[in-house]
Amino acid sequence: MRRSLALVGLAALPLAVLGVFFVLPVSGMLAEGLWVDGRFDPGAVAEVLTRPRTIRVVWFTVWSASAGTAVAVLLGVPAAHLLHRRTFPGRGALRAALLVPFVLPTVVVGVAFRELIGEAGPLGFLGFDGSAGAIVAGLAFFNVAVVIRAVGAAWESLDPRPAEAAAALGASPAQVFRTVTLPALRPAIVSAASVVFLFCATAFGVVLTLGGLRYSSVETEIYLLTTNLLDLQAAAALSIVQLLAITALLAITSRLRAVPDPTVARSTVRAPRPSRGDWPGLLATGLVVVLVGLPIAALVAGSLQVGDGWGLGNYRALTTEGSRQALLVPVTHALVTSLRVAVDATWMSLTLGVLVAIVVSRRSHSRTERRVRGLLDGLFMLPLGVSAVTLGFGFLITLDEPPLDLRDSALLVPIAQALVALPLVVRTLAPALGGIDDRQRQAAASLGAGPLRTFATVDLPVLWKPLLAGAGFAFAVSLGEFGATSFLARDENPTMPIVIFHLIGHPGAMNYGMALAASVVLATTTALVMLAVERLRVPSLGSF
Amino acid sequence: MLSLHDVSVSYDGTPAVVDASLDLADGQVLAVLGPSGSGKSTLLRAIAGLEPVASGRVAWDGTDLRGVPTHRRGFALMFQDGQLFGHLTVARNVGYALRLRRTPDAAARVRELLALVGLEGYEHRLPATLSGGERQRVALARSLAVQPRLLLLDEPLSALDAGLRERLATELRDILRAAGTTALMVTHDQDEAFTVADRLAVMRDGRIVQQGDIAAVWRGPVDAETALFLGYARVLEGDPAHVLLRAAGRSPGDDAVAVRRSALVVADAGALSGTVVSARVTPEQIRLIVAVDGVGELDAVARLDAHPAPGDRVAIAVDASRTAAIPAGPVRPGG
Repeated sequence: MRRSLALVGLAALPLAVLGVFFVLPVSGMLAEGLWVDGRFDPGAVAEVLTRPRTIRVVWFTVWSASAGTAVAVLLGVPAAHLLHRRTFPGRGALRAALLVPFVLPTVVVGVAFRELIGEAGPLGFLGFDGSAGAIVAGLAFFNVAVVIRAVGAAWESLDPRPAEAAAALGASPAQVFRTVTLPALRPAIVSAASVVFLFCATAFGVVLTLGGLRYSSVETEIYLLTTNLLDLQAAAALSIVQLLAITALLAITSRLRAVPDPTVARSTVRAPRPSRGDWPGLLATGLVVVLVGLPIAALVAGSLQVGDGWGLGNYRALTTEGSRQALLVPVTHALVTSLRVAVDATWMSLTLGVLVAIVVSRRSHSRTERRVRGLLDGLFMLPLGVSAVTLGFGFLITLDEPPLDLRDSALLVPIAQALVALPLVVRTLAPALGGIDDRQRQAAASLGAGPLRTFATVDLPVLWKPLLAGAGFAFAVSLGEFGATSFLARDENPTMPIVIFHLIGHPGAMNYGMALAASVVLATTTALVMLAVERLRVPSLGSF
Repeated sequence: MLSLHDVSVSYDGTPAVVDASLDLADGQVLAVLGPSGSGKSTLLRAIAGLEPVASGRVAWDGTDLRGVPTHRRGFALMFQDGQLFGHLTVARNVGYALRLRRTPDAAARVRELLALVGLEGYEHRLPATLSGGERQRVALARSLAVQPRLLLLDEPLSALDAGLRERLATELRDILRAAGTTALMVTHDQDEAFTVADRLAVMRDGRIVQQGDIAAVWRGPVDAETALFLGYARVLEGDPAHVLLRAAGRSPGDDAVAVRRSALVVADAGALSGTVVSARVTPEQIRLIVAVDGVGELDAVARLDAHPAPGDRVAIAVDASRTAAIPAGPVRPGG
């Protein structure tokens, strides 16, 4: 009984926040579509779903996300082997560098790819600009880091002895991989692939900047329907489809992830140097470096180009509002806003994340308790699958009247971003907490430590590194968040991604140069945060 | 026939095995005995091809195995904790190597092997549902499935509790004999080695310090440290050694003498006498420490119906078959 009360107590705050700032706005947005003039009318939604354009958009979303996932997995798995099971000079730096794309602001990625493959770009001759291939490459660029991290973390600590046992029984390296290693990695690969699919299917910034008018995914379509066409019904219909599809996806993957015997022996192994047999890993890592390096190099080069020469003019211009009044405030002002918002979003999402992680990672003593914990776990993962655009627009239409008139509150943007970052934070903290042997806590308790003291003695030493890492992730997510923020940020207080999007939307060479420079500044800031996180060496991001 | 010639293995420059040489004839079972950290598991892994050999050579029937990958050596390796594939059933674990080779009639062979290790009817169980002893039997059956030319056993029984270990050791010997398997087993447990093997190699600090027929090694440890590791309680030299050997009816020489605890028995007709320092009752006998006149403190045993107490004077007889002469050398404490 006391255990249940403690569970409820810990879950209360996150549940309240999730209820007010997630469930309410999202359901408000959905209701907007389902109730027409105060009347429940699902027929309109059904009508939207039969439109040829809707079908085209859904189909494009599914196949581009599948293709992006496939590329990310095919490159990421061999690269994970090289980067986590082999050792070579510069490995740490390479691992850190390949992690950066994942937290790069989506808008920046879009700008970088356009700079690379646009008509004037170094790869412009390929005619890739505005093609579906460019979008798939952009999605893979983003997510290959997720695969490398998640699969690499699992691979790194994989006990080598079952593989050795198989080799001693006469299995060739390829047979060992197929019959022993792959089954052991399957949960990691499946969860990485599913989360990558999720990210691809709900990608907003990349598709919006690269897709132009030709290609639209469900996410960008919701945005266009909401902001440009004001067709809320259609937007709501698509949101419902997205929500259902993602819930189904999560359910399927949790089924796929289940293996006959989930216990995997963990150990740390001495990694050997790469040898000739590691050519798949070397090849994949090389391709990933090219995929990740080229757009970033093109971005940096572009930002340093002024007229026909080179210079820092674009960076100096960041203190202005751009040509032809592209912006209301200088870019530097937006940078300060971004940092301030990120600090707020970080502490919010950490506070919630710690509570949720404690709730979902404690061992359950009864079937009901386990079910409740599983339900909570899934609930707090939902922001991962719900369109940030839906969330942002939902905020606007539900939190605008008393008692919840928050439209002008400075905290609205950080709250939305904290919710977007929450799944990532929970997934960084929960495995660390779940990995603590409960008997350690029991030992502390039996020696006379109260619950707080037990937490300080047993949990905190394990938790502080993932906590710092979670802070880093939350900070980076907040810096790059675009979907929800684009609805919520006020014109006189925009964040960096919003400013960049405005700049590329306004004509003028100076504005475009400024967009590139601003992208570099934002990317550098985010990369620095991520490098600091990598120094902590938390094997996180591994357990969606 | 397996032969090792001056094999050395090192981890990051630290030598783990130094100049190990040994021969193992077909059909024989060799136990490599050594304390933990002595390099015996590393030696086993080097033979299996899982660790690179820094120098020296590992050969089978005279053919150097350098560059031959593990899966082409035809050696099966059985791990301390079995390393069953958790995602496969017992039958699929045992039949793993058979499937790799597309052996016809694998199912019948699997049944036969499970019968050999006493696990009929376990085909469809998952490893997680088995007890420790059952898991090791499955691992053994899996290793034997393809009739390896050499079976390598890495502490096969040490993860089990004492009673089960003793029983399985006997079974293991019978199974290996029945299958006619050539096997090399590393262990730190003397009883296990004695039960299973015909030959013994003792390893210490990465070197093989002694090898030979198991009874011969037991009777004649090569130095004091080996004697202590093989279960001898004390090693005496100089005058105490002379006194003891005379009491045992042997002529004293320059050699040191290793004494098992059970070599000294409290008996009225004993040739030595001494004062009991401490006494501890065990289920089978009373274990004593006695300050023996002219020798010093020694371990001794007494029958359960004797009641020696600290301070008592007792007479002690020496059983010569439980002592061993070893070439004189520095005696280090411990073992």
